[in-house]
Amino acid sequence: MKELLLIAIGSALVNNVVLSQFLGLCPFLGVSKSVKTSAGMGAAVIFVITIASFATSMIYKYILASEFLHLEYLQTIVFILVIAALVQFVEMFLKKSMPSLYEALGVYLPLITTNCAVLGVALTNVQKSYNILESVVNGVGISVGFTIAIIMLAGVRERIENNDIPFTFKGSPIVLITSGLMAIAFFGFSGLIK
Amino acid sequence: MVTGIILAAAVVGILGILIGVFLGIASEKFEVETDEKELLIRNELPGNNCGGCGYAGCDALAKAIAEGEAGVGDCPVGGPDVAARIGAIMGVDGGTSEKKVAFVKCKGTCDKTKVQYNYYGIDDCKKATVVPGRGDKACTYGCMGYGSCVKACAFDAIHVVDGIAVVDKEKCVACGMCVSACPNNLIDLVPYKAETLVQCNSHDKGKDVKVKCEVGCIGCTICVKQCEFDAIHMENNLAVIDYDKCTNCRKCAEKCPVKVII
Repeated sequence: MKELLLIAIGSALVNNVVLSQFLGLCPFLGVSKSVKTSAGMGAAVIFVITIASFATSMIYKYILASEFLHLEYLQTIVFILVIAALVQFVEMFLKKSMPSLYEALGVYLPLITTNCAVLGVALTNVQKSYNILESVVNGVGISVGFTIAIIMLAGVRERIENNDIPFTFKGSPIVLITSGLMAIAFFGFSGLIK
Repeated sequence: MVTGIILAAAVVGILGILIGVFLGIASEKFEVETDEKELLIRNELPGNNCGGCGYAGCDALAKAIAEGEAGVGDCPVGGPDVAARIGAIMGVDGGTSEKKVAFVKCKGTCDKTKVQYNYYGIDDCKKATVVPGRGDKACTYGCMGYGSCVKACAFDAIHVVDGIAVVDKEKCVACGMCVSACPNNLIDLVPYKAETLVQCNSHDKGKDVKVKCEVGCIGCTICVKQCEFDAIHMENNLAVIDYDKCTNCRKCAEKCPVKVII
């Protein structure tokens, strides 16, 4: 239990996926214009990463790393395939059985196919040789970390909008500087787990 | 070596085929029937997703119309044309909705209205209203010219010219976004045909208006006396035109001493 808690906190705060591993930067910068949309994106990411880390670790354990095949080097291509299909399937499933959730997640669900954080989680799980339960916990932790980071950035950006910024810094530059400062702040967590 | 390559290709290939088949079956099983009408209506709507109808976007409005929650003429942007075509899809009469445009009730350009102090704050009307005196303009009812309405407009139809917002009548689609954006409630939707309009929003007494602005309505009631059709009235020191009764005879505009009726 202590192990799992450490993995969850470690991946959510200490090794925050965006701010210290620099994965998933595209949605982090692209969909962080308002708190509402970034919360939607965060919810969709939590949903997909949790399922994806379960599915990929199952496939890795029982197919790629099985005794007969030993095809560990295929992990990247197979994981991409599985994640893309999974997102498609989740979208179909939600549309049919949970239309309200489908509408809440909206356009962010298909966007996640190209979120490299999802693939990043799957590969990290393999690298650190987590078992299936640990992989799922790691996935939840990482996606919660992503949600925290994107909502915080969106909150900052909403305030930036109304401020007097030098012309050269308008748009992406000020956002990149902001996220850099946030990343420095997040390094404060690095002493949390030894 | 060769077996390794074949094995790898086989595993990825089989996995791909399995996933493909699985997705194919799933898409059949989880197919959601969308209302045919909804798609047709969606095609007729302008697709700007401006939100002027009060729904989340054109998709949401199309759904609401198809389900009968919204009326066929609820898209303010499309106007009567779109209403008629959607009406044809839904099998009801589109009705006659009058084309409207946004109108800014202020004529106080930089040279006409006095300024009470220099404002160096955030370039936004909503922020300026919280400053004591409601912005730098002496008149607290008028246009502050920081362009909250310009930011709200998705159709490039409103611009700040010489310190006041001016609507481009041809580009305006009457979505009403600027109306809700203006903290002074200065923008109205008026009939496109209306040519006689009161371009002032000040409820101050005549003497106070005179001090602050050269082109404010002073509430002299000359226009009310001029009107033969009972179309113009004084409401709280401000002339208000009833567009249903107004015939655009322009008698009030001619006699207005401050030329605030255009």
